Amino acid sequence: MNKIKNLADLRDLKDKLQTKTKLRDKSENPEQMVQVKVAMATCCIASGSRETMNYIVDELDKRNIDAVVTQTGCMGYCYAEPTVEVIMPGKEPVVFGYVDTKKADEIIEKYIKSGILVEGIIPVNYKKIEQ
Amino acid sequence: MKDLSYHILDIVQNSLNAGAQRVEIDLWEETPTGRLTLKINDNGRGMDADMLKRITDPFFTTSVKKKVGLGLPLLKQNAELTGGSCSVESESGQGTRVTAIFNRNHIDMIPTGDLAITLKTLIASSHERDFLFTCRRDEEGFEVNTAEIRSQLEGVSLASREVLDYISTFIRDNLKSMT
Ligand SMILES: Nc1ncnc2c1ncn2[C@@H]1O[C@H](COP(=O)(O)OP(=O)(O)OP(=O)(O)O)[C@@H](O)[C@H]1O
Ligand SMILES: [Mg+2]
Repeated sequence: MNKIKNLADLRDLKDKLQTKTKLRDKSENPEQMVQVKVAMATCCIASGSRETMNYIVDELDKRNIDAVVTQTGCMGYCYAEPTVEVIMPGKEPVVFGYVDTKKADEIIEKYIKSGILVEGIIPVNYKKIEQ
Repeated sequence: MKDLSYHILDIVQNSLNAGAQRVEIDLWEETPTGRLTLKINDNGRGMDADMLKRITDPFFTTSVKKKVGLGLPLLKQNAELTGGSCSVESESGQGTRVTAIFNRNHIDMIPTGDLAITLKTLIASSHERDFLFTCRRDEEGFEVNTAEIRSQLEGVSLASREVLDYISTFIRDNLKSMT
């Protein structure tokens, strides 16, 4: 059985990343991080949420945005999959529908980076739907 | 579901939603017979006997936000189309094991798809949970154990893009060398 046993590789990676994180840590504190939740139920996966999730993970990193990306179950907006919820520090959650990679790019560039709302927001009585 | 890698992502979501801290994904192909066995084993909250009975009914779900549960029925359908089967064993409070058996050589067999992306997606979005992914073809095989990797990283997040890329590349290289 082949394993990731090249520990030297992993350690190199670790050292490199630790310096990188240190540089960023100065300005950021965890509660102040952007939270992104991608819905990942069967219906979401079938309509492309895996691609959306991967794009968001890669792009947030490339654009130097510290964010926590997580998965959630079905948010109940199956007609608008893939759906993505964004919580900016200190703000109410916003749910976006039909988030393909193009829409995700717009959300990152406009909403996350500059706080400008973009089209595609699902008008929510969100809190009532939450379990 | 287009391919096996999407099914795996989907079935593991059930485990994560059931609060599993550890999920084992085991994919095993026996080339002489074409038999492909997928096992997904979790330590989540599990199900009682009554619920287990209804689980492959597409109109059963415990989600309060929608009316149908499709994940398991779709997996079962794709397995059965190849002459295979799908079974779920579970015990309340103990965890759940899903086993799907496919016949690789059957004309209706779905493609494998991108396993590396599925693993990357799972780790990126749930990096605090443990995933053990093993993939075997006859005598060959490889494994990715995120608990082990995490301990090597000493505080650096598993969800860092460099780490995710490293793991994806490891999976891709190993899959390539197995064919
Ligand atoms: N690993 C598991 N642990 C505990 N309960 C499970 C597990 N897998 C499935 N279940 C239960 O079985 C139900 C049906 O699962 P299934 O994947 O078919 O549909 P779903 O997850 O409800 O919806 P969908 O998959 O369509 O998003 C779930 O709602 C859940 O209650
Ligand atoms: Mg499901």
